[in-house]
Amino acid sequence: MSQADLTMEGHSTAPMVGPIFSIPTKKFAMWLFIIADTMTFAACLVAYGFLRNGTPDWPRPFHSITNVAVMTLILLTSSLTMLVGLRAARAGDKARAFRWTMITAVLGIVFALLHIREWLGLINEGMTMFKNPWGTGLFGASFFSITGLHLTHVTCGVVALIAVGVRYKGGRYNADDIEVLGLYWHFVDLVWMFVVPLVYLLNLSH
Amino acid sequence: MAATETHKNSEIGKDIIVYVCLLALAGVQFLIAYQNIDIGQKFTRMLTVACIEAGIAVLFFMHLWSEKRAFLIFVIVFTISVLLGMQYGWTDSNRMLVGAPFSKVQ
Repeated sequence: MSQADLTMEGHSTAPMVGPIFSIPTKKFAMWLFIIADTMTFAACLVAYGFLRNGTPDWPRPFHSITNVAVMTLILLTSSLTMLVGLRAARAGDKARAFRWTMITAVLGIVFALLHIREWLGLINEGMTMFKNPWGTGLFGASFFSITGLHLTHVTCGVVALIAVGVRYKGGRYNADDIEVLGLYWHFVDLVWMFVVPLVYLLNLSH
Repeated sequence: MAATETHKNSEIGKDIIVYVCLLALAGVQFLIAYQNIDIGQKFTRMLTVACIEAGIAVLFFMHLWSEKRAFLIFVIVFTISVLLGMQYGWTDSNRMLVGAPFSKVQ
């Protein structure tokens, strides 16, 4: 006798109980994605630390912290603007929520442009994936992999912010969707908090 | 209506406090970068500050603190156990640095 038969005969309780953690499915899915993505970034950073620790001539090419400090400020501020947008969405103020979501997207674009400018600066100094003028060639590979993975996340986040913002304004998405996207955006910010000290600040030349 | 507005302002005020805390902690990381200490100490201090920053961001910006306790525990236990599991390679990294045993065989 199948489970369906048992249920139909009324010998069983309802086949499904409530959500396990009493949170919406989309939000739970985003949390699971974030946990999985944490593992990806953690694996990259641990591998980077492994190489950094095990390589005596590790390069220290960064002369100034200005650029990375400005990038950090922009990304942290974008997290705040995302929260303001979410609060507005929760309050039902669509225009305000859309405006702050777009401000967050613009800050993301500025961050990405600063990142690309920094990459170009390093490339002009002779750094590639496999060699650089300062020491082991592993530095370029690990630097571009980690910051590139993060930049990809920022770019995807910007696209998602614009798409979700527009659809929210058009009435196809609601405040829950803004919240789910906000989780992703804060995660991107959170990862940057680890990338900055490990990849930039530990490689300052002074 | 006025009560709702006051509640909304207090929530945004809380967000701004968390934002300022995160900025200050990021500033601390930059200060550590210019301290005259060895790389191991720098690494430990910066990573500690980064973990505090991440904790604050997850709990308050991502609102994990206001989720069900079971979910909070699930996320913390699951994430920390896997992150700890990744640390098995450090002894091998130190071996690479010292060059043993392969350099002796050569």
